[in-house]
Amino acid sequence: MTAPLLNAENLTRDYRIGGGMFRASATLRAVAGASFTLSTGRTLAVVGESGCGKSTLARLVTMIEPPTSGRLNIAGTEITEAGAKELKQLRPTVQMVFQNPFASLNPRKKIGTILEEPLRINRRLSAAERREAARDMMAKVGLRPEFYGRYPHMFSGGQRQRIAIARALMLHPRIVVADEPVSALDVSIRAQVLNLLMDLQEEFDLAYLFISHDLSVVRHIADEVMVMYLGRPVEHGPKEVIFNRPHHPYTRVLLASTPAVDPAARSQRISVKGELPSPINPPPGCPFHKRCPFATPHCAAERPELRMVDGRLVACHYAETVGAETVEDEIAG
Amino acid sequence: MATEVNTPEFRAVPASAPAGPWREFWSSFAENKGAVAGLATIVIVALVAIFADLIAPYSPIAQFRDSFLVPPFWAEGGSTRFLLGTDDVGRDLLSRLIYGARYSLLIGCIVVTLSLAAGILLGLVAGFFRGITEDLIMRAMDIMLALPALLLAIVIVAILGPSLTNAIMAVAIVVLPHYVRLTRAAVISEITKEYVTASRVSGAGLLRLMFSTVLPNCMAPLIVQATLGFSTAILDAAALGFLGLGAQPPTPEWGSMLAKAREFIQSAWWVVTFPGLAILITVLAFNLAGDGLRDALDPKLKR
Repeated sequence: MTAPLLNAENLTRDYRIGGGMFRASATLRAVAGASFTLSTGRTLAVVGESGCGKSTLARLVTMIEPPTSGRLNIAGTEITEAGAKELKQLRPTVQMVFQNPFASLNPRKKIGTILEEPLRINRRLSAAERREAARDMMAKVGLRPEFYGRYPHMFSGGQRQRIAIARALMLHPRIVVADEPVSALDVSIRAQVLNLLMDLQEEFDLAYLFISHDLSVVRHIADEVMVMYLGRPVEHGPKEVIFNRPHHPYTRVLLASTPAVDPAARSQRISVKGELPSPINPPPGCPFHKRCPFATPHCAAERPELRMVDGRLVACHYAETVGAETVEDEIAG
Repeated sequence: MATEVNTPEFRAVPASAPAGPWREFWSSFAENKGAVAGLATIVIVALVAIFADLIAPYSPIAQFRDSFLVPPFWAEGGSTRFLLGTDDVGRDLLSRLIYGARYSLLIGCIVVTLSLAAGILLGLVAGFFRGITEDLIMRAMDIMLALPALLLAIVIVAILGPSLTNAIMAVAIVVLPHYVRLTRAAVISEITKEYVTASRVSGAGLLRLMFSTVLPNCMAPLIVQATLGFSTAILDAAALGFLGLGAQPPTPEWGSMLAKAREFIQSAWWVVTFPGLAILITVLAFNLAGDGLRDALDPKLKR
């Protein structure tokens, strides 16, 4: 087996927050020890509630922010040890598609200029070559050539997201980080954009880090799923394994909260108590124990580590019990 | 394949090309009649200033020893030889006002250019490098704002010495904090938007981020402030001229013309009134146009 394109080990990212003139600052651990790999042509979906560290993970992988600790290896380069020059060379390898297509395109620039900017920065090409490349990419994402000279405000959300995807692909990256790329779009357009992403993955041999909270989207596009809770992965494995037989109570809750048409399936819903705890002051032991229907005193005392159970990694003391309870057709979609 | 993705959403775009940004801007600007009147006045004043040599009947410093303090032509004792009358040393007021337009507009242009350029630079630096750099810049601006503008200008002129150039410098320094604060606020709100992050992900350096990505999106409030600042600059320079700290005689600057004519306020009203009116009309025109510009450029005020 070849080395993975991206290898993250124990990535953490802390933010210092607060800390005014008369207050002590607090440390917010947005990502607390995430390990995963990403291979060419595969899609890893990162799933979780708001505030679980998904977007911070995206910022780490795209090298917008350095990790506080841990190792991140992208295409053979160790990010934490690389110099500024190596990082600059690596930039084109990882590109990003953003959540909100209404904010991710510079409103003062024409589509052509937006698409050519990455080339202008990273490649030495003549104006004609850049133009050619931009028009090619527009055709690939299904945009008409006359859009070249228009401004972003003239487009709908779906078209804007196509433009954003085209921009991400202009440098022919090997990894594309997609941060909730369809959650801001109309439901009717989501499928089109998702299918476009999948077509492009095939054509350019891309690895996707696909961040989402929408499980129906994840089910459609992912190969592997990583469920995160309070900055930590709690369950990580192949899509089928996790969707069919979740072993972590939190994964079960997430899956059960997907709206189901079948009333029989709906009645099986597990409810979750309370709110997401503050990541500034996470609860001791298992971070999920305060909301977990399976929690015991043991959960409050000791934090479960990720371990291999039934074909996936899961961080729960009672993974076997939870998994056994899950009936396969309960979450049939 | 990707090329075969056909989407019905394409049809949402009208076949004809949408109105360009300039056209759109003009149509919302033209809705405000006051702003259009202001703009027209500005254009007229500018034309007068440019073609002063052709329009003015006499030189602004030529003295007519036979006619001191001649009233305007419609008043008793006036003649059409001097349409707006003459001042105490026999200079034609109309000619002086026409040439004075040059000074006022020049003062406005230089002050706005200087303070806008410096303000944008400092504001961008403060917005991009938060922390200690920002604190230093912004506290310095706060101190400048804490002093009354004219008083600060007088202090600066007192240090540099009274002249038109130094008055321009002084006014430019005094209005600087407004531009810095405006730029910084706009930068801070823009910099968190995803398109800036997108630019960063594609490897844009700091200068590109500052000037190519963020700055064009901060320009709308700055343009408005610059237009309004034009009138402040003219007014402040006139005030300095009035105090004898700006343009020195015989320069036909409106403010210093007012100052020289102060003693004739009872006996020869026209010597005081016309420079004052010239300042009033020009400043009002810039304020009206600036207000219209703000309404036209601010999407929140658009219907």
